[in-house]
Amino acid sequence: MTPLEKVAGRAIPFGLKNIDTDVIIPAHWLKTTTREGMGRGAFESLRADPDNLFDRPEYQGAPILIAGDNFGCGSSREHAAWALGDLGIRVVIAPSYSDIFSGNAVKNGILPVVLPQAAIDRLLEVAATDPVFVDLDYQTVTTEFQDRFTFEIDPFRKMCLLEGLDEISLTEKSDAAIGAYEKQLDADRPWMRPAA
Amino acid sequence: MTQPRTLYEKIWDAHVVEQRADGTCLIFIDRHLVHEVTSPQAFAGLRASGRRVRRPDLTLAVPDHNLPTTARRDAAGNRLPIADAESAAQLAALEKNAPEFGIRYIDAVAPEQGIVHVVGPEQGFSLPGTTIVCGDSHTACHGGIGALAFGIGTSEVEHVLATQTLLLQPAKTMEVRVEGDVGPGVSAKDIVLHITGVIGAAGGTGHVIEYTGSAIRALSVEGRLTISNMAIEGGARAGLIAPDDTTFAYLKGRPYAPKDADWDAAVAWWKSLATDPGATYDKVVVIDAADIAPSVTWGTSPEDVVPITGTVPDPASFADPSKQVAAAKSLAYMGLEPGTRMQDVPIENIFIGSCTNSRIEDMRAAAAIVKGRKKADTVKWAIVVPGSGLVKAQAEAEGLDRIFIDAGLEWREPGCSACLAMNPDKVPAGERCASTSNRNFVGRQGPGSRTHLVSPAMAAAAAVTGRLTDVRELMA
Repeated sequence: MTPLEKVAGRAIPFGLKNIDTDVIIPAHWLKTTTREGMGRGAFESLRADPDNLFDRPEYQGAPILIAGDNFGCGSSREHAAWALGDLGIRVVIAPSYSDIFSGNAVKNGILPVVLPQAAIDRLLEVAATDPVFVDLDYQTVTTEFQDRFTFEIDPFRKMCLLEGLDEISLTEKSDAAIGAYEKQLDADRPWMRPAA
Repeated sequence: MTQPRTLYEKIWDAHVVEQRADGTCLIFIDRHLVHEVTSPQAFAGLRASGRRVRRPDLTLAVPDHNLPTTARRDAAGNRLPIADAESAAQLAALEKNAPEFGIRYIDAVAPEQGIVHVVGPEQGFSLPGTTIVCGDSHTACHGGIGALAFGIGTSEVEHVLATQTLLLQPAKTMEVRVEGDVGPGVSAKDIVLHITGVIGAAGGTGHVIEYTGSAIRALSVEGRLTISNMAIEGGARAGLIAPDDTTFAYLKGRPYAPKDADWDAAVAWWKSLATDPGATYDKVVVIDAADIAPSVTWGTSPEDVVPITGTVPDPASFADPSKQVAAAKSLAYMGLEPGTRMQDVPIENIFIGSCTNSRIEDMRAAAAIVKGRKKADTVKWAIVVPGSGLVKAQAEAEGLDRIFIDAGLEWREPGCSACLAMNPDKVPAGERCASTSNRNFVGRQGPGSRTHLVSPAMAAAAAVTGRLTDVRELMA
């Protein structure tokens, strides 16, 4: 996973509420056995409109997406995070996310920044013409116009993103604890193992 | 004396392997369900890193998402190939990965095959008090039998395969209490659609919902699975319903359920999981069952719910400006005008199925409405997709398949089907579908498709009349 600390650039001023993962990547793009190339299917139904935001020249390769409340709701498909990553998105800024999407984003090196709606409204305004700056270490989103918004993030997620950590390797360090739990479970509730 | 705890807190506490300083916990996963769409990249990851599946005995794979629901064998009993090359490749990957990693596998033509969330409880693989995960958001379904069950992404699928654990932050708790008796024609689906309308699509975000109250207690296990299934539609990653005698009677004797003395020990532990008197939830919503009518969605979010007796709302009627914008976009997509009576909305397609509503009780409810009636001529496509091979066999033993076929509906093979249109079962662009599935998102049932979420009986009623219909008008 590519580490993430500072991201600067154009931000797609999307802003819509309740954007589900079926909109981010429709189901027919899920018929694949790899993680690559999903960007072509990203926001397909919206991009059918020739004047859509995503295909405007000024937002090509934009590393930031500004979204609305409950972004990434619905299906658990991680393909949504892969699709955003393939588009070049490293940071999403929204008032809230579905729990599953925000987890998937972090596991793919995408930072889900939570800011209140008023901050989102201001950033949508700035993003129409100017770049946005995100600093994960200092937990800030800034603009060239003195705007400075700070955000909260779970320390573990922050560390994983800053260092580009592989979570499975981290968990494998707890191998003995997992083994001890399994042994105790077999002693306390042996019937938990499937009977057949 | 220990602090009173909720059902959620008891299950959580029983699964903590390690707690980190920031409150994050390494949680043991008792059951891992795997299907063909969200697992290939996880198995590829294991292979690339030389890892094995830590607990193949706790892992069960079954294909469901993109299998066609047409016949799977020819007249001579030979397996038919899947025409779509990409779907065939995903199925082939699962068929290769399951034996390679030594995990339990129900193949596409096995009598037990079905939608993973129907198969789990039906096989007794899903049990109360267990943690269950699957790379599918409707894993919340298994909360209907009192399991802490939630959907995960593919990276987490790989993490669980490798370590049988997940790193999680504890969720907040939310009680949704439905008290009283529901009226005639009101099913579990109507209850959960109503709940979603009340709490909103993000109302449960960050929470696990426990459904309580007399209206929930009165439901069968099938109905409880329907309710918990759609917890995710209210933003909650998981739903829970306390296991009780109804749950135990449902599970007893199922293939993977505990037997004999183990069964008694299991029931004793399951009973101890009920929320303690005096335990508190972070959020409580109380609903009067008498307020719930047969319900239907008008928009493209599952929170867009009205009673069937209602009308399409005016976007200006919403207080939240962003909801006004979203509602206007929804109505444009759905081709609906504010003020239109829901019962006047014509329907061209009917889908009865999905992990929300494809169990035997759902088949019976739909069949009871179409029995002795005919599909309206204006309904072009009407399919009934049982949730598993066992549901299909049971329905056929009861003669339900004949009732559907005689009425002009198609009786199909089990799978996810038109719920998400990954297989050939799609709703054409611009056409409406009365669907017993769980999501009315833009393009969910096929590009340009317009979905109205309803109960099985309501879908059956729409099949007969060719429009959204108050099922109570067709009840004897």
